[in-house]
Order: sequence, then structure tokens, then C-alpha cells
Amino acid sequence: MEENNMTAHYDLVLIGGSAGSIQIILKALQPLLPGNFAVVIVLHRKPSSDSTLIDIFGGKTALRVKEADEKERIQPATVYIAPADYHLLIEKDGSFSLDDSEKVNFSRPSIDITFESAAEVYGSAAVAILLSGASIDGIEGLQKIKTRGGLCIVQDPDTAEVDFLPRQALLSIRPDHIARPDEIGRILNGLNRKPA
Amino acid sequence: MQQQNIRDEEVELLLNDLIEIYGYDFTGYSGASIKRRISRLVLLDKFPSFAELRYRLISDKNYLARFIEEITVNVTEMFRDPSFYRTLREDVLPVLATHPFIRIWHAGCSTGEEVISMAILLQEANILHKSRLYATDINPLALQKARTGIYPLSLMKQFSENYIQSGGKKTFSDYYTAKYSLAKFDDSLKENITLSTHNLVSDWSFNEFQLIVCRNVLIYFNKELQDKALNLFDHSLERFGYLALGSKEQVKFSSIGHKYIQLNNKERIWKKIT
Repeated sequence: MEENNMTAHYDLVLIGGSAGSIQIILKALQPLLPGNFAVVIVLHRKPSSDSTLIDIFGGKTALRVKEADEKERIQPATVYIAPADYHLLIEKDGSFSLDDSEKVNFSRPSIDITFESAAEVYGSAAVAILLSGASIDGIEGLQKIKTRGGLCIVQDPDTAEVDFLPRQALLSIRPDHIARPDEIGRILNGLNRKPA
Repeated sequence: MQQQNIRDEEVELLLNDLIEIYGYDFTGYSGASIKRRISRLVLLDKFPSFAELRYRLISDKNYLARFIEEITVNVTEMFRDPSFYRTLREDVLPVLATHPFIRIWHAGCSTGEEVISMAILLQEANILHKSRLYATDINPLALQKARTGIYPLSLMKQFSENYIQSGGKKTFSDYYTAKYSLAKFDDSLKENITLSTHNLVSDWSFNEFQLIVCRNVLIYFNKELQDKALNLFDHSLERFGYLALGSKEQVKFSSIGHKYIQLNNKERIWKKIT
């Protein structure tokens, strides 16, 4: 496992969460150095607060923060936020697609949908992080990331505001890391490719 | 819901069958989305595997309508994105009202909720009598539902809230009759609506309009097909006509972008200027 991580490289970091995740994401993004990977955030929330979300995260990280636009090509060192009320999918060519189909797990955006489509495209170059949350949305997606050889991180349930999601995830998945909020950023920085 | 694993080659095979047997071309649709819809349909209709779905589709032409219905997305609501309708009410309809006759095209109207919303706006602006609304969709089953003007009563609370937020001043329930669990919208709203199938991939322009509404359809197309559809709209739109898209859709980066200006920063409504 360790050996694997030494040679692996990662192009995409996915973060999924619902209730109680915003503070954790802030903590994870704060120490992040602009590197080789892009970050995609899928957050359950009420529609309408999108520009605020970009403001909240944008002021707190060295990476560029923006909403994921449809057909936009994913660029490294950028944080993309899935827009409210649309599912966010990733195409084979590394661009985003939006989809306003039925809710999945009572959620749109659904974490499962984004994680699953990222697993298909990025395989072992994907990292997926599940945070605090009150639904099961994200667990199937995390499994798919795992199956395709990606790196899986689950927030330590003892540190989660709503521990249902991380606890449920740990029942079915053995992640590579069970991380406290202050550890996530450090783990991510460690994944940046070293120059050859 | 555990999704089946379907390979890209399998999706390609199926899409080719559809072209060869039925003349429906979905190859310009966004790959990730259509793959997910096909996986979902395998599960929904309880096919043991992808191969059985493909066989059913090839051998049973009656299944085609079901396939089209489930592959295309038919999520919609009345006065969806109320601020969009407020802008139509305040900035677009007063200009349309100056025309002796108004032609509007709803492309991808699905089950018709947004068309009825438009008819309500037109009636409140007192111009419904001189308007003709052409509502088209690729999906015949969705059009059948649109034709009835009947929707679940349980949705009326949300529709009514949207209506009020869009600037509606009347009592929303005056527009429909409730019976059991259904709400039937007033026939006077439907008199000037013409429903018909139209495929943005293969069908061409059929009239000239002052307003074209096509919301949350282009997101399912790849860039080339988006551009093709936008050109079709451009051909079908009068000079100084309006083009209204979904809240994440864009004219700016397309080949017709230079001919259009956005009405305001917030709403996805453009005016054709040349």
C-alpha cells in the first residue's frame, strides 16, 4: 500500500459532504499548495447560496475557486464547486457535464454520481474524500473509486458534526485514511507529484 | 441504486442500432450522461444485463418510445427559476406586446409545465389572444402528458410558490380545477399552444419566432451538437428576437455568440442584434 502511494500520482481530488462539511473543507483547503491536481467539491445544500460558497472558499486558499461550468475542461490547481440543483458528471475528455435529472438519494447534486463518473475517467488517479453528512449519498461512489484503484479518505466520525455518513461509509469500505480535519490538507499536499 | 457497469463500446453499439433501425441519433449527446441513463434503464426495467436491453430495443419497436422517454430527462416544473420568469414578465413581454402577432417556440418542452407557465404570463399581460406557442419535444410520451394539461395536485404548492416569486399577483389555484389527486389547467391556456415532436438533432427550422425558449436541453449535448442547435435557433429567430436558455447554458462561446447580447448579468436571456 505504502509503496503504491509513493509511485502513484493523482490528477483529481473529490470532496463530498453535506451537513456540517463547510468548516472541514475550509480546513482542508487552507494549507493546500497549488499542485498537479484539481479539486471538485460536491456539497448538499439549499439552492441559491452559490456565489457565497465561492466567496467563502475563495478567500481561504491559494488555489483558484470557481463553479464548475458545463463542458469546461478540468485544470490543475483549481477548486471546482458543483452548482446547486444539477448533477455534475465528468466526461472521458476530462470536461464537466451538467445534468438536471431526478434526484439521487434525495440529492442534486449527488455525490455518488460525481464520484462514479470520476472513477470511470480517472481510475487510480482519483482521490475521494467523504466528510460529515446525514445521508448515505457518496458511499457507492466511494466504493467505485476504491474498485478502480483510487485513494479513499473518510473523515474520522468522532470529529464529524453529523457522523452518520462517515460511520456508514466505514461499515462497507476500508479507506486508505481515516482523517481528522486538520490532517486532510496535509495528506493532500503529500500527494502532489514530485518533479522527476 | 447500484448502477450496472456498461462499457463505452456497448453504448456505441446501442447508439448505432438506434440510428440504423429507427433514425434517432444520440451520438451527439454528452457521453457520461447518456451512459448513466442507459445503466439506469437496465436497472429500472429489470434487464439481467445490457445485452437484453439491446435485444429488446432492436426487436421490439414499441419499446422505442419507452427508451426515448427514459433516456431523455423530463424533470421540469412550472415557473422554474422564478427570477427568470420575472425577467420575461418585466423586460421581454412588454416588447413582444408591440407586435401584432407573437410566435414563441418552446424547444424541448417535455411535459409542458413551462409552456403553461408562459401561457399564464401572456394571459396576465393580455396578449395571449394574439400569441401562438409552438411546443416541441423529441419524446412523444412527454407530449401526450403535455396535451392533457393535467398534473399531480401535490406539485401545486411548489408551482404556486414559484408563481408568486415570479411576480404573479393572482390566485394561482384559479388557473386549474382540482379533482381527486390531480390538477387540470384551464383549457383557455391551451388554445394557442401547438404541440408536436421535433428532434433538434435531425429536424430543421419550421417558422420564424420572436422568442425561443430552450432550457436545460443543451447541457445534454456535446459542443458540436450544441452549436448546431444554437444555429438552428438563430435561423428561426427574428432580428431583435429573444433566446432563453437554462440557468447554466451559454451562447457566448458558440459560433452565433457575436450576434447576441445578454439582457442582464443574471438571467440567461439574449437578444439577437444582427
